[in-house]
Amino acid sequence: MTENKGEIKKMMIILSKGTLENVYAAFVLANGARMEGIEAEMFFTFFGLESIHKKKLTHLHVATVGNPAMHIPTLLGGLPGVEALATTMMKKEMEKIDMPDVAEFLDILSASGVRMWACKLAMDMFHYKKEDLYEGVEDVITVGDFYKQSAGEGTHMLFI
Amino acid sequence: MEKVIAGKTVAVNEEGYLTDFKQWDKSIADELAAEAEISLSPRHWEVLNYLQTEFKNEVPLSIRKIGKSGVVDIKEFYQLFPKAPLKTATKIAGIPKPASCI
Repeated sequence: MTENKGEIKKMMIILSKGTLENVYAAFVLANGARMEGIEAEMFFTFFGLESIHKKKLTHLHVATVGNPAMHIPTLLGGLPGVEALATTMMKKEMEKIDMPDVAEFLDILSASGVRMWACKLAMDMFHYKKEDLYEGVEDVITVGDFYKQSAGEGTHMLFI
Repeated sequence: MEKVIAGKTVAVNEEGYLTDFKQWDKSIADELAAEAEISLSPRHWEVLNYLQTEFKNEVPLSIRKIGKSGVVDIKEFYQLFPKAPLKTATKIAGIPKPASCI
């Protein structure tokens, strides 16, 4: 730490959630790291796999239930269509601020040199195959492999 | 702040970005590129010219825009300006550092 003055060299970002707001948070952090010249790798586990599953990644939603910051009463948030409506509104706002959709964002991350890994345990649990995943995902690996990937000075790890 | 680049005294901010584009010229770009360990090729210049045009048109720059520019794709942009390409390229181009998160 003292030798490199705490400089961040590599960000290891674990995405375990499939709600749009969490997926974007992870993507922005990974892309932002690359923009600063910091290496970035992502490990997709549990519901985070939805964001790299070819058939599912275009259908992610924001969470309207159990999310007090949405300021939608929990009962209303659970009504049919509310989540879809909130998602549409959010996507419109995101486009306004030049935020790409999930598919385009994955392409940006991939082109920017973000390395992507899928969690073996979660893949087995959801019965997903490597072919189901976005092409930029390098491999399906174990948590141990991911820790090995993280070796080196100035690596920081983030769980979302 | 002032800094002498390529024998000329120019105004820069604390991060070394030129604060007055009118003071920029190609020899300054070459020296700023050398500081970033980049030797400017015609391909670099195409990108720098594009960035300067966008700046003059007051278009905010982002990695996404670069990718859609038709001038360079994101992968090549990272190859041309390794490590923080948008920050490095704008500095060499003599324009402000983009405030974009994407």
